[in-house]
Amino acid sequence: MATTTAPTPTSSRGDRWAGPGMLLPFALFYLVFLVGPLIYTVVAGFFETSLLKSGLGDFAGLSNYTAVLGDAEFWRTLRNTLWFTVLTTVPLVLLSLALALLADRFVRGRWFFRFAFFAPFVLPSAVVSLLFMFIYADQLGLAQEAVKWFGVDTPPSWLGDPDWAMISIAAATVWWTIGFNFVLYLAGLQDVPREVHEAAAIDGAGPWQRIRHVVVPMLGRTTTLVTVLQVIASLKVFDQIYMMTAGGPDGSTRSSLQLIYDTGFVEGRVGYASTVSLLLFVVILLVSLVWFALVRRAEKES
Amino acid sequence: MTAIATRPETGQRGTSAPPARPRDSERLFNRVALGTLIALALLWLVPLAWALATSIRPAQEVVTNPTGWFTAHPTLDAYGEIFDAGKLPYWYANSFITSILTTVLTVVMASLAAFALSQTRFRMRRAAFVMLLAGIMIPGQVLMIPQFLALQSAGLLNTYWGVVLPQVPNVVAVFVFKQFFDGIPRELIDAARADGAGWLRTYWQIVMPISRPAVSAVTIFVFVGVWNNFLWPLLVVTDPEMMTLPVGLTSVQDVFGVPYAQLMASAVLGAIPLLAVFALFQRRIVEGIAGTGLK
Repeated sequence: MATTTAPTPTSSRGDRWAGPGMLLPFALFYLVFLVGPLIYTVVAGFFETSLLKSGLGDFAGLSNYTAVLGDAEFWRTLRNTLWFTVLTTVPLVLLSLALALLADRFVRGRWFFRFAFFAPFVLPSAVVSLLFMFIYADQLGLAQEAVKWFGVDTPPSWLGDPDWAMISIAAATVWWTIGFNFVLYLAGLQDVPREVHEAAAIDGAGPWQRIRHVVVPMLGRTTTLVTVLQVIASLKVFDQIYMMTAGGPDGSTRSSLQLIYDTGFVEGRVGYASTVSLLLFVVILLVSLVWFALVRRAEKES
Repeated sequence: MTAIATRPETGQRGTSAPPARPRDSERLFNRVALGTLIALALLWLVPLAWALATSIRPAQEVVTNPTGWFTAHPTLDAYGEIFDAGKLPYWYANSFITSILTTVLTVVMASLAAFALSQTRFRMRRAAFVMLLAGIMIPGQVLMIPQFLALQSAGLLNTYWGVVLPQVPNVVAVFVFKQFFDGIPRELIDAARADGAGWLRTYWQIVMPISRPAVSAVTIFVFVGVWNNFLWPLLVVTDPEMMTLPVGLTSVQDVFGVPYAQLMASAVLGAIPLLAVFALFQRRIVEGIAGTGLK
């Protein structure tokens, strides 16, 4: 078409607002639903805000913080949450790595493994919870039946025993979400060049040695990513616990997010709940920052 | 999106000639690996298969033998009862409407924002991007109280918009789009601009049509995310006819007490739409996760 004399289109007048204009709709949502609420959470933590009265309520100074930090229930829910995080992160990283390493060897039938391990991941938490409440049911559930085959005469009450409830929920969570990490690892494995395998094989390395000394080290970046995403997700656990045990028995599975939910929405103590929210947010933020630092360092080294 | 680029090579990788002398250890290892993998995959399918098997057993049989697998008299009674007694059709419709609304809004707004950040030049562009990126670290659930209060004061509780709006600012979606747009050749944009197309037209007629992979990746993960979201609809919806499927399903237990065939039928019905989505778009979902997760 006609050759333009102006070399850079970006310098014309209407353009100056094109970028900000197109950014605006998303930015508005971002400010209203993320930044604004975050500021509110910080502020409300300093007030005796209640769900029942409008406005922030009386200024409370640091009393919410001293109350939360001195509250045994806060520490217990945090401990429960961390316990759940350990119980899920370890198998979700190691098992998904193992499954991906095994599945990567077989091109035929890969769709079957991908279906078996990944399909549960798309299920709503409500479906997963219904399913496992049935599986874990006392006397008539599949899980008790299964351990009886292995000679256990009196199987535990999976969701009713405080020692077992969190473990049972974690096991259901592993079943449900392993597909996501599995797929991340499969993608990571595609970046391991075929030649590396062959060179190691020519050098006389067996399949097990190649996996241990060649492939796994090359997956370092994926492993960091999977671990951090998993830790962040597990720290925010709510759905399946709320549905399967509602935090019981005896509060042994009550999570931090449920404490926020209960104090904020059931008891209406918004100021207190905001303080708990902020503390949980700080924990999650620290995990993310550690991850960024690790990735930075890894990128500098390579 | 590296996974998309490397995938075809992987297909060839498997068909390429095997090493000259496959050693015994190699063969043995492969056999053990395959055996382990198949055993685990079958174990993984047990809960799904059991739900399906239980949902088609007559209620009487489930009571007398709860852990049985097979029935001589398969029946769809449980499904019929669920449809009659609960509000399942409403929940399906509500889930579809809220998921589609959120997905459309997210795709349009996130891609527009990403286009502005990727292709246009303005002051504070970098600052805006960094600020947006910081949003990835904000865990949305932690903000549920102020979000709830905002929607309450706007009178949006028990409405579709109440479910939809807070889920629209999805920073990861912007990130995926920007990643994709950054790879579009500069000349293509410049040519369109030189031909007199405005920025909006360049975005809509040039960039979006060639960005199908990014659009479908974002569409799928937003849709699945909204469809499965539990906590947020639980907070903003109390009217049973406005509930989404996950929230509605949890109220099934209260409606029926504990008749397992119905519970499992509900679980199956809740699972079917997403399993269908998964079956249809399996590769896209996997690529989407691989592409978004690794960057």
